[in-house]
Amino acid sequence: MSILVNKDTKVIVQGFTGKEGTFHAEQCLAYGTKIVGGVTPNKGGQEHLGLPVFNTVNDAVKSTGATVSMIFVPPAFVGDAVMEAAEAGIELAVVITEGAPVRDMQMAKAYATKKGMKTIGPNCPGIITAEECKIGIMPGNIFKKGNIGLISKSGTLTYEGANQVCKEGFGISTAVGIGGDPIIGLSYKQLLPMFEADPETKAIVMIGEIGGDLEIQAAQFIKENITKPVVAFIAGQTAPKGKRMGHAGAIVSGSAGTAAEKMEALKAAGVTVVVSPAEIGKAVKEALSK
Amino acid sequence: MNIHEYQAKQIFAKYGVPTPRGIIANTPEEALINAKELGGNIWVVKAQIHAGGRGLGGGVKLARSLDEVKTLASEIIGMTLVTHQTGPEGKLVQKVYIEEGADIKDELYLGVVLDRAKEMPIIMASTEGGMEIEKVAHDTPEKIIKVAVDPAIGFQGFHGRELVFGLGITNPDEQKKLINFASKLYKVYMDNDAEMIEINPLIKTGSGDFLALDGKMGFDDSALGRHPDIEAMRDLSEEDPDEREASQYGLSYVSLDGEIGCMVNGAGLAMGTMDTINYMGGTPANFLDVGGKANAETVAKGFEIILKNPNVKAIFVNIFGGIVRCDRIANGILEATNLVDVHVPVIVRLDGTNATEAIEILRNANIPNIIPAIDLADGAAKAVKAAKGEK
Repeated sequence: MSILVNKDTKVIVQGFTGKEGTFHAEQCLAYGTKIVGGVTPNKGGQEHLGLPVFNTVNDAVKSTGATVSMIFVPPAFVGDAVMEAAEAGIELAVVITEGAPVRDMQMAKAYATKKGMKTIGPNCPGIITAEECKIGIMPGNIFKKGNIGLISKSGTLTYEGANQVCKEGFGISTAVGIGGDPIIGLSYKQLLPMFEADPETKAIVMIGEIGGDLEIQAAQFIKENITKPVVAFIAGQTAPKGKRMGHAGAIVSGSAGTAAEKMEALKAAGVTVVVSPAEIGKAVKEALSK
Repeated sequence: MNIHEYQAKQIFAKYGVPTPRGIIANTPEEALINAKELGGNIWVVKAQIHAGGRGLGGGVKLARSLDEVKTLASEIIGMTLVTHQTGPEGKLVQKVYIEEGADIKDELYLGVVLDRAKEMPIIMASTEGGMEIEKVAHDTPEKIIKVAVDPAIGFQGFHGRELVFGLGITNPDEQKKLINFASKLYKVYMDNDAEMIEINPLIKTGSGDFLALDGKMGFDDSALGRHPDIEAMRDLSEEDPDEREASQYGLSYVSLDGEIGCMVNGAGLAMGTMDTINYMGGTPANFLDVGGKANAETVAKGFEIILKNPNVKAIFVNIFGGIVRCDRIANGILEATNLVDVHVPVIVRLDGTNATEAIEILRNANIPNIIPAIDLADGAAKAVKAAKGEK
C-alpha cells in the first residue's frame, strides 16, 4: 500500500520530447515507473524513448489507459496542459514546471476540481512511492521503502527529510512535494487523511514554510482527524520580514504566516515540532518508539 | 514586481478608473512646470518610492502656491524617506508626482488581491480609508467588506451590490459610480496579471464622485513575459543591486546581518539551513538559493556576492542535489577559489545526485580553506565554529 501512485500506475508525460521531459522521463523509467507514452503536439505517431508520442492527451489516454500525467511543458502553457489533462479524464496531474502564472493556475485548478482531477504542484519535485513509482525529479535512490509518509512544500527539504528518515533505519511509504506557489493542487489537508487511511504508513513527516496559512489549516485538521504521529518542521524561523508594498495579503489570510505562528499551532495540535531539519530523523524515531 | 503610484495611475487611466490629474517630475523645475500645467490653486507633491506610509514619513505635502510646489519638490527630491515599510535604512526619493488638489468628503479603502484559500481574487473595501488598514482589519474586522470574484464568471452586478451595501452607501447615483469603479479595477487586476492592487484612500468628493487618490500595484513575476508594457515600468533603482546581480545569474539572494554566508539549493533548504545555523548559536549572513540550474559559473558568482559582505567569517555550502548535480557545484567551488579571493573557511556538505564524484573532486583539489561536512547538522556546527575562529 501507499497513497495515490504505485507500481501499476500508468503514466504519460506532457512535454515528453523536450529536454527536461526527456531527461526526467528516462530517470523515472529507470526507477521502474510505468510510463506508457507522452504528448507533444505535432509529434504524434513518432516514438520517443521507445514509447509512443501523441498529439493530444485525449489520444494518449484512449490508446494507453494512463491515469496520471507528469507535466513538463513551459510555464506559459501549464494552465492549458492541466485543463487538457482534466478534460481527457486523467485522475492525477503532477506539475513539475516552475514559474506558471498564478492567474492560469487559478483557472486550471478550478477546472480540474470541476472535472474531478487531482493535481500536485506546480513548481514541485513530484510524488514518489518508494521503490515502486517515481513521478517527478527527485533523486530516487534516497527513498528507501518504509512506513513514513512525507509531505513537503519545499523540494530539497523533501530530500533532506527523506534522507534523515532513512538514515535512522526507517523508510518512506509515499513522499509528496506539494510546491509552494500561491495556487497549488493537493495540500496537507487533502494528503493527511490519505496517509491516515494507508495501513503501510505509521507516521507522517510534514515540512512547511513561512507564508500562507496551509500549515495552520493542517494543524486544525490533525487535531480533529489524525491519530498517527506527525513530525513537523517549518522553514523560515530566521527569515527576515520581507519589504513589501501593500497590506492586502496579510489581511486576506488574517495571519502573518510566520514560522512561529505555524509552529505554535502545530504543537497545540499534538504534533512534534522540530526547530531544525537536522532533527527530523531523530524526532521520527522518538515518535515511533512511544 | 512593484511599480510607482504614478505608473499605477497611468494604468488606471487606461481602464477609465478615475484618478485626480497629475504629472511626474524629476526636478523641482519640472514640478513647477507641471503644477502650472495642471492649473488650480492647490497641489499635492508626492514622493515616488515603492513603499507605503509615505505621508507619515513626510513624503507627501500640500502646496498652496506655485512657489511652495517648487520648495516642497526640492525638499522631497533627494530625501531618504523612512516609513514602516522601507526598513530603517529608508529609500532615496528620485521623483515626485505633482497632483491637483482634491475635494475630499470621505476616505474609503479598496483593494484587489488573490485569496489563497478561496483560490480566486477578492475585492476588499472599507469605509475606514486613509487609516492603517491592517490595524482596521485586526481591531474591527467587520469594517472590511470582502467579495470574492470567480474568474469563470467575472465581476457581476451582485458583487457590486455586496460592496456598496456592505459599505452602507445608499445614494443610488453613488452606488452606480462605485460599482463601476470596482468593476473596472477588477478588470485592471485580471488583464494585467496583478498580484495586488490597493487604493488607500479612495475618496468621495463633495460632488459624489469617486477618485483613486493613491494607487499601489504589484505584479506576478511569472506573468511579466506577456506584459512587456508593465516590464518596461520596472524601476531598477528600487531594487537591491546585489539581489539584482544575483538574479541575473539565476541566484536568489537576500542579505542579512549575520556572519555565516550560506549557499544552498532550494528556498526551503536555504531557510532550513539558516534556521539550523541559528539553532546552533551562529548567525546567517544571507539567504542564497542557487536554483535548479546551478553550474560552475553561477556558484563562482555566488561566492563573489557573498564575499562582498565584509561581515562574512565563514561560508556554508549546503547542497542536496536533485536536479542540481553536486559535481558541478564542486567544480564551481574550485573555479571560485581561482577567480575570487576566498579568504574565509568554506564548509561544504554535498549530498544527492553525483555527491560521491563531487567529494572526490574536492578531495583531489586539496584546498586548505575547504572543510568537508557529512550532513546538515555537522556542516552547520562546523560553520558556527569556524565563524567564531575555532578549529
